[in-house]
Amino acid sequence: MSAMASLMQSKQTRLAYMLVMPAAVLILVIYILPIIIVFFVSLTDYSLVSDYYEFVGMENYEKMFSDEAFGNALVNTLIYAAIFLPAAFIVSLVLAIAIQEQKQFRSVLEVLFFLPVTSTLAAMAIVWAALMDSGQGVINHVIVSIGLEKINFLGSEDLVLFSLAIISLWSIIGFNMVLFLAGLTSIPQNLYEAAAIDGASHPIDKFFRVTWPMLGPTTMFVAVTTSITAFKLFDTVAIVTQGGPDHASEVFLYLAFLEGFEYFNMGYSSALSLFFLCIIFTFALVQAFFADRNVQY
Amino acid sequence: MSDIAISSSPTIPRWLSRLKPKSVGGAITTCILFLGAWVMVFPFIWMISSSVKPTDEVYDSDFTIIPKTFKGFENYYNVMFEQPYLMFILNSMIVCTGILAVQLLTAIPAAYALAKLKFRGSTILFGTVIACLTIPINVTSIPIYVGLVKVGLLDTYISMMFPFFISVFAIFLFRQFFKGFPDSIIQAARVDGFSEIEIILRLILPSAVPAIAAFSVFSFVAHWNDLYWPLIVVQSQDKMTATLSIMQYQSDFGTDHGRIFASATVVTMPMVIAFLFARRLFIRGITMTGVKG
Repeated sequence: MSAMASLMQSKQTRLAYMLVMPAAVLILVIYILPIIIVFFVSLTDYSLVSDYYEFVGMENYEKMFSDEAFGNALVNTLIYAAIFLPAAFIVSLVLAIAIQEQKQFRSVLEVLFFLPVTSTLAAMAIVWAALMDSGQGVINHVIVSIGLEKINFLGSEDLVLFSLAIISLWSIIGFNMVLFLAGLTSIPQNLYEAAAIDGASHPIDKFFRVTWPMLGPTTMFVAVTTSITAFKLFDTVAIVTQGGPDHASEVFLYLAFLEGFEYFNMGYSSALSLFFLCIIFTFALVQAFFADRNVQY
Repeated sequence: MSDIAISSSPTIPRWLSRLKPKSVGGAITTCILFLGAWVMVFPFIWMISSSVKPTDEVYDSDFTIIPKTFKGFENYYNVMFEQPYLMFILNSMIVCTGILAVQLLTAIPAAYALAKLKFRGSTILFGTVIACLTIPINVTSIPIYVGLVKVGLLDTYISMMFPFFISVFAIFLFRQFFKGFPDSIIQAARVDGFSEIEIILRLILPSAVPAIAAFSVFSFVAHWNDLYWPLIVVQSQDKMTATLSIMQYQSDFGTDHGRIFASATVVTMPMVIAFLFARRLFIRGITMTGVKG
């Protein structure tokens, strides 16, 4: 009997290896080897243009921290994130709470707000560029008709990140809203009744005494994933502004793309990529840390 | 009190009384929400409206949703048949379908083994899967690109699909899903002489249809909308995806605004229409990862 069981066990083990083999090989080729290679390339002056390269040690990293373009891209990304993150968080949460209380219109509103999430951002970016056109865009027609000055949304160095944040906001609100809605629905109704007995019947009381504390894990999740999305800003920059005007919208990922695939400075671009990975990794660690502490149900 | 008044009055139809808001505040919230929804949908309305207008009307100072001169037929005929848009859409379809097929074929068996079979190295493999979840394509793009250049595969369907052949997210998702499948049923099936492959195909797969469907939507939408990777590996026009074409045609059509927005409509509508037909599935699939794009 035990011989038979061990025979079955070894057959099962062999099968298990067969089942994981394709996935394991692909993970090796698509994730692990490239990460190792990207690290080594970041220590060289490799450029696709010539096959000759040499090790330059930490030179690329030193260059990075003294490079004006890098500093500029980092600052731009942070300014953009500072505009985008609070709005993407607060608007979506308020929206989710308001929609949850809707009875007959809930699903219609959900669909309408989610529509931009499914659309192709690259295609919608040219629509937004037209809507925000400094001369004849619809938004400026509205602004003029209420008696204000025209706004140069995408052509002004001071406003371009703000305008890009609006486009990103439009494309993510429905997404975060759905995540918040899922969190809200999982809050037990009797907590609100208990809070009402304790005297918390005003909506704002209810929010701070029940909704916000109970929404903890969801808010953390949304905050982290939205931050990662903010650092991944690429499509709208590539389509609408190409980093302009005068590098004012050159964000981090777009700079890494330019260095690697326009100028073919593979070594330097690899260093930028690893820096980017560190940022994403930090966010993931924060999330993992809080996810562990917040599992309470 | 007012409920009784309405239900006793025969002149107000029932559906209308159902729409009656509970309070003034509620009515105002509803109005604001619909105003917000209008802002969200307006870019689509403007795009479709502009796509059926002649060029000089697109930026007309008195914007009307209904065009004064209807040029929709010319614009769309041009985009679909005189421009290679059918080919771009076909390319997108081929790439998205190919990616999804390989992802499912590699992830499902691996996820089953990780969830239900004992083997040495399973902890390491699963740990690696979790670690890889955080690595975006933007970090590995340089070595993968250089590798594809070296083997001469640049500008092929394979190169467009290759980095996405494995989805660590799919492995993670399906493993969690398969974990929940009762061991007793699998054990009973083994006793009945089912092979492991039969167990996967006849027991596990049918039970995992909701997860597979949600993941498929997620994968398809993500790669349809992807601009970054096609921008790197596609060089010739006959491999161009629908999303990438936007980049080129924005400059090529120049001032032919009607046609630009007809092409934008053609690119984005497949996903939007599919969403309207399978709303629940889309919302579940796309929000599954938490990270957009």
